[in-house]
Amino acid sequence: MIHFVVHDEGDSAGVVVVEGVKAGQMLSGWIMDQDKDLNVKALSDIPIGHKLAIKDLQSNDTVIKYGVDIGRTIAPIRLGEHLHVHNVKTKRW
Amino acid sequence: MMKLDNATFQGYARDNGRAGVRNHVIILPVDDISNAAAEAVGNNIKGTLAIPHPYGRLQFGADLELHFRTLIGTGCNPNVAAVVVIGIEPAWTRRVVDGIAATGKPVQGFWIEQNGDHATIAAASRKAKEFVHYATSLRRVERPLSDLWVSTKCGESDTTSGCGSNPTVGNAFDKLYPHATTLCFGETTELTGGEHLVAARCATPEVRDQFMAMFNRYQDVINRFKTSDLSDSQPTKGNIEGGLTTIEEKALGNIQKIGRMCKVDGVLDKAEVPTKPGLWFMDSSSAAAEMVTLCAASGYVVHFFPTGQGNVIGNPILPVIKLCANPRTVRTMAEHVDVDVSALLRREMSPDDAGDKLLECMFATANGRWTAAEVLGHREFVLTRLYESA
Repeated sequence: MIHFVVHDEGDSAGVVVVEGVKAGQMLSGWIMDQDKDLNVKALSDIPIGHKLAIKDLQSNDTVIKYGVDIGRTIAPIRLGEHLHVHNVKTKRW
Repeated sequence: MMKLDNATFQGYARDNGRAGVRNHVIILPVDDISNAAAEAVGNNIKGTLAIPHPYGRLQFGADLELHFRTLIGTGCNPNVAAVVVIGIEPAWTRRVVDGIAATGKPVQGFWIEQNGDHATIAAASRKAKEFVHYATSLRRVERPLSDLWVSTKCGESDTTSGCGSNPTVGNAFDKLYPHATTLCFGETTELTGGEHLVAARCATPEVRDQFMAMFNRYQDVINRFKTSDLSDSQPTKGNIEGGLTTIEEKALGNIQKIGRMCKVDGVLDKAEVPTKPGLWFMDSSSAAAEMVTLCAASGYVVHFFPTGQGNVIGNPILPVIKLCANPRTVRTMAEHVDVDVSALLRREMSPDDAGDKLLECMFATANGRWTAAEVLGHREFVLTRLYESA
């Protein structure tokens, strides 16, 4: 069963594609572009469609998805934590 | 993989050489105050469709030109068999009628000043009845795939749009593109963060310059009025609820819709008609109903609309095919989804299979099957405004 998908192996985050992910749960991921597997322990409850960090990030790091810059962190984010508007901001507006 | 060589569909042949997939008789008001008369004719005469809207008075300059281009384009769309135009006065009514008449299709204008609603409705109803007899006597004929003009725009996107439904449109576009189809995407601000990827796909340096000029112009508008995160409008509240965090992330998902192989062959101003086959970028709003209305006015006859959180949009004359990869939305809003590609995210469906499933729905729709939005009566017709009325 796939709990989350990642576009590219260089990305900072994956997308949860099942409902009801809870903190502490072991999650199976699929890196689509390279067709690889990845396992991550969730550190937060994460709703379907929301992202989890798949690496540790410091504050003011660039977040990569699709292999491209999608914004910057405004707080440190640990591997397996919920990554969203509370800890990431656009660089554009 | 679906074979598209020599593929055809059953469409309505129009006098100007285009092919439609619907056969509407529309009652088109020129302005807001003619809506009541147009809707009365629509109620009187079965088989007609009134398309009310809130504008058309005291507009001027480029904003007025866009108003006319959108109304005339809607009437010219090959999904429309015949048009009754109703305005408050004769001059602007005639302008819309003359624009539509260039296609050779039946069109007649009526105006309310010095006639009143009653006389106008009576005369327009008699003409509309003739038009319905005309339209219902037409038969579908076999047309080549290259006659099918297909537009796309996504809405209420979430992260599953970028992983599933948008790449499915991209896969279908990559398959349609080599067959001399005419394709379209837009949503200018929703490319922010991925504009370099679109620029790199432009077929020539001239097209790239035109695209970047349109992109930069729209960025200037945003920068002039911007608020933090554009007041939760881009990404929208629904996008954020669905897990999209920044405009860059949303844009990169959006761009999946143009596939991996298609080139951007040209750019269009709003409601402008493409002049050759290929993939066209239209400088447009990212609001669903505005963009789809502009696609219809540019002459597109089928629309691909991927959604994540469940946008329910339709259009009066352009069939809107919804596809979705979010398993929760597919479950909670099943009646709105034409193509369920949620199996992609379970790794149970390949991108090629998903693209083929969308193309199968496209052919079924082109041949006459109604989309979910048509069956549910979604007829959103929203005119884009450029600035205040005088």
